[in-house]
Amino acid sequence: MIQPPAIPEIIQLIPLKSYLILSTALFVIGIIGVLTRRNAIVIFMSVELMLNSVNLLLIAFSSYRSDPTGQVFVFFIMAVAAAEVAVGLAIIVMIYRNTRTIDINFLKKLKG
Amino acid sequence: MYPIVLLSVLGIVVLYLGFLKSKSILLPATLLFLVVAMIGNFFEWNDGELLYFKGMFAVNKLTLTFNAIVLFSAFMIVAMTQGFQDNEEAQPAEYFALMLFSLVGAFMMIGFENLIMLFLGVEILSVAMYVLTGSDKRNLRSNEAALKYFLMGAFATGIMLFGIALLYGASGSFSLNGIESFVTLNQRSPSYLLYAGLLLVLIGMLFKVSAAPFHFWTPDVYDGAPSIFTAFMATIVKTAGFAALFRLLSHSFSGIYDFWWPTLSILTVLTLLVGNIIAVYQDSFKRMLAYSSISHAGYLLIALTSMTKQTENAILFYSMAYSFATICAFGVLIPVAREKSLEGRPNESYEAFNGLAKNNPLLAFVLTVSMLSLAGIPLTAGFWGKFFVFSSAVERELVWMIIVAVLMSAVGIYYYFRVIMAAYMKEGDTATIRIAPFYKIVLIAATLLTILFGLAPGLFEAAM
Repeated sequence: MIQPPAIPEIIQLIPLKSYLILSTALFVIGIIGVLTRRNAIVIFMSVELMLNSVNLLLIAFSSYRSDPTGQVFVFFIMAVAAAEVAVGLAIIVMIYRNTRTIDINFLKKLKG
Repeated sequence: MYPIVLLSVLGIVVLYLGFLKSKSILLPATLLFLVVAMIGNFFEWNDGELLYFKGMFAVNKLTLTFNAIVLFSAFMIVAMTQGFQDNEEAQPAEYFALMLFSLVGAFMMIGFENLIMLFLGVEILSVAMYVLTGSDKRNLRSNEAALKYFLMGAFATGIMLFGIALLYGASGSFSLNGIESFVTLNQRSPSYLLYAGLLLVLIGMLFKVSAAPFHFWTPDVYDGAPSIFTAFMATIVKTAGFAALFRLLSHSFSGIYDFWWPTLSILTVLTLLVGNIIAVYQDSFKRMLAYSSISHAGYLLIALTSMTKQTENAILFYSMAYSFATICAFGVLIPVAREKSLEGRPNESYEAFNGLAKNNPLLAFVLTVSMLSLAGIPLTAGFWGKFFVFSSAVERELVWMIIVAVLMSAVGIYYYFRVIMAAYMKEGDTATIRIAPFYKIVLIAATLLTILFGLAPGLFEAAM
């Protein structure tokens, strides 16, 4: 890692590696949630956890390099995630109206 | 650049046209707007390499050609939308607007110069597709497809974003040039952040283009979505996805080719095997087309894996040939399935095509040409697509990969010919299938182009 000089000391109290480990752990928890949970909303929350671990990682890198582009990217991720939530919840509501459940195990119409 | 601005604005105009009482103006207006965007696309044809948005977005001949393929496919698909006017539940203004907006995403994926643009493009394209997949609101199959597509798509986006974050951590930049200079500077001492980041970004993108082992959502989503939007997904999303993958790998990561090609080659072979072999066991034509789209992702991946000078042309030609043939196939499937509907929903099985040659020789001919092109039989564009892909692999001496690919094309002939056999050899009921004249013109044009590029593939290069 190249260390530019302008990093505030307070940031360096926690090494970059710790941020990396924390966000990787959050990301893996998110992946496990997506792969094992059966409730559409919980899967959705796990995806959001993955996105937020990315945000954390980007901010950590960004402040260690004192480079604002990483933080700009975080804004983009938050805006797009909000749009995705709007569409995703609409889809889940539509399914709930038709089937009265959001358990993905009951969605077995498509097979072959 | 012009098509992005034009389609963003014209998409909103289409939404406003939806307020009008008469819905019949929507289709011609959307087609007109696509033509306008196509003209705008060629304004920059002779300007060489251009950069926009502080170097975040590039325009050159390659991106313009990809744009043209995407726009032309979109034009044909929009021209084939029918029945929205009569259907009370349908919201044609929203559908057309979403299609135009999703094209903006496709253009951003084709010309991105910065990973922010790649992310935005992928999301614009995908979010619009989630909505279109679930547009048949009362239909449980469409609902299920939308949920699966949405959850898997968001999951893939998450993986890709983590990869982008790691790339940023390694190289300190989101721009392709910044990453490229980092890669060339550090060729000797590998940075594990960079490798992990590249792998995760690749996984995210391969999800979008449905390469094995990330293909499991494809058959269900393609099957459940309304056929017209399945055609959109199978052609435009795939073309844009491969354009983005090509840009990423050829531009930023050509310095560490030795790292990524073994991984990609394993996935390529797996995609070819999975797509072709499972397609044989399908009873539904639409589901077979989904597996066929997986197998074609495999052929396109061969070109990416070899990454020679020819790759650019091979991917362009292959995605064009594949798009035209797939649009023709769906164009035949839609009226046939509607006419032979079973229990209130379109019959998409092979049996629906029985006796098609007697009922409607034109549709049978279009179907035959498109299947021959997908199978890669000479005198069709699909043959030359496969030829260019294989010759780029020969240049890299990836002979074992070509052997697998040729064997799998032979398997492909079996399931593509099954529907031709049904249309010509089998007896079916004699209900005539009515199609609108404009629909006919589009199908004939796509078929003629498939044959034209099959007879003279040099025309395409001459046009570039």
